[in-house]
Amino acid sequence: MIELKREELLISQLADLLVNDKHIAVGAASPIPGAAALLAKEEAKLQNNRIRVTILHSNKYNNFTDGARELFDCAAQGRIDTFFLGGVQIDGEANINLVGTGSYTKIQKRFPGSFGSALMYFVVPQIILFREEHSPRTLVDKVDFISAPGFSDENIYRPGGPKFLLTNRALFKFNKQKKRFCLLKIYNNESIENIIKLTGFKFDVDDKITNMSIPDQTRVDILRNKISYMVSEFYPEFANRIWGI
Amino acid sequence: MKQFDELSLLEIVDEVKDGDLIGIPADYSGVPMMFTKELIKKGVKDLKLYCLPLTTIQGDMLIGSGCVSEIEAAAVTLGEFGLAPRFSEAVEAGHILIKDSTCPALHAQLQATEKSVPFMPLRGVIGSDIQKYRKDWQVIENPMKCSGHKNEPILLLPAVQLDVLIFHAPCVDKNGNIQIGRRRELATLTHASKKVFVTTEQILDIDFFDNELSAATCLPALYVDGISVVENGAWPCALPSVYGQDNDEIKKYSIAAKTQKGFEEYMQNYLFN
Repeated sequence: MIELKREELLISQLADLLVNDKHIAVGAASPIPGAAALLAKEEAKLQNNRIRVTILHSNKYNNFTDGARELFDCAAQGRIDTFFLGGVQIDGEANINLVGTGSYTKIQKRFPGSFGSALMYFVVPQIILFREEHSPRTLVDKVDFISAPGFSDENIYRPGGPKFLLTNRALFKFNKQKKRFCLLKIYNNESIENIIKLTGFKFDVDDKITNMSIPDQTRVDILRNKISYMVSEFYPEFANRIWGI
Repeated sequence: MKQFDELSLLEIVDEVKDGDLIGIPADYSGVPMMFTKELIKKGVKDLKLYCLPLTTIQGDMLIGSGCVSEIEAAAVTLGEFGLAPRFSEAVEAGHILIKDSTCPALHAQLQATEKSVPFMPLRGVIGSDIQKYRKDWQVIENPMKCSGHKNEPILLLPAVQLDVLIFHAPCVDKNGNIQIGRRRELATLTHASKKVFVTTEQILDIDFFDNELSAATCLPALYVDGISVVENGAWPCALPSVYGQDNDEIKKYSIAAKTQKGFEEYMQNYLFN
């Protein structure tokens, strides 16, 4: 049995969701999604497939030459298949809040801001919500501020939106018709009851709910021997903490 | 005659007036930290920061030093080192006005000015609370019959022109052309600013227009009002392709700036030692 860090399990789980992509983009403050995208790319290479990865905060793993706006133009053109968004709060209808808690005009705790979420959530077909902390304060019934809405009226241009939500305890799939999350996978030592207790919104449970898959030795080797060094170029602090490099 | 004005750093600082709308480059596009230091020393007031699209330590220091009354940004953060503490506290206490935006909107507002048109449309954003609180933004129905979707609501953003922009660049050629590489957002910022000043690591005795590669990655001197050589001018931020971010220093700042007192002690040392 391989000793795995929680972060490595999350990277592996995210990589499983990226196998059908042609172009994955990764935005700010996202070392785990960044590592997952590069892992999916390396594994695709071994299968003689091609995945392109654009890591915004990297100079090396970045396909853009037209300045910071190119990410948004490229996404709006439909040339990005998957992007990752987080949130101070995420609610049961997949609205995300990156701004702060309390009422907006009298904010209690201010966070950085909405970044590019208010466009990316609308135009990228597969948005994966990623928030490590799984608790009633992060997964809430209703967000205090909507940086980007989980769904839109029919007349709004919206080819993109939420597909999955991954936390350090569970993987949910978002059902667009029902506007509701469905629990797909949980970590080995978790129970459905505990997930219900720690989730501030109501959700469905899939009939075929399973444990999170454990990466095999080949994947772990690629991650530790190759991807880790790539990640250290753009997230040195993270690479140092997880892999000691 | 020399093809550009070479200024001292203090002459550039003097070009920034109280109340100016000032362009703030992101942490990846050449943050003019040495300039920022002198600006804080001068005690400039009521600046309005326009971040393209975010700011890190530069914005946080200006806010903590009481130089800022308003900020328009998609994010203010210290990246891997956490929240921007002086920004967060100033917003929570209501000391500064934050105009929350999203990255593509900040680009589009400047692109409108680049083209000298009064507004720019943008998809997305509708239904967010960002839109709800931005009274300067409008939603109309797509008026075009031959493009886009019929009856589609679309967001309009006003053109924004900056009073002044300062950024730091790796090098400048003998005619004052600025190397910006792939950081093309610096061109957008420049085109949308009334005055533009550049600090740089060095002035080279070559002409970027002699070579197709260097010509394609430079910002022509015609947009720039003055240049000053400032070595290590982005420290502790990164200067792409020249030096990386000083992580130890940013970490030190992130810890010190958690309280106003800690921030002031840090700044005393940063500004005067």
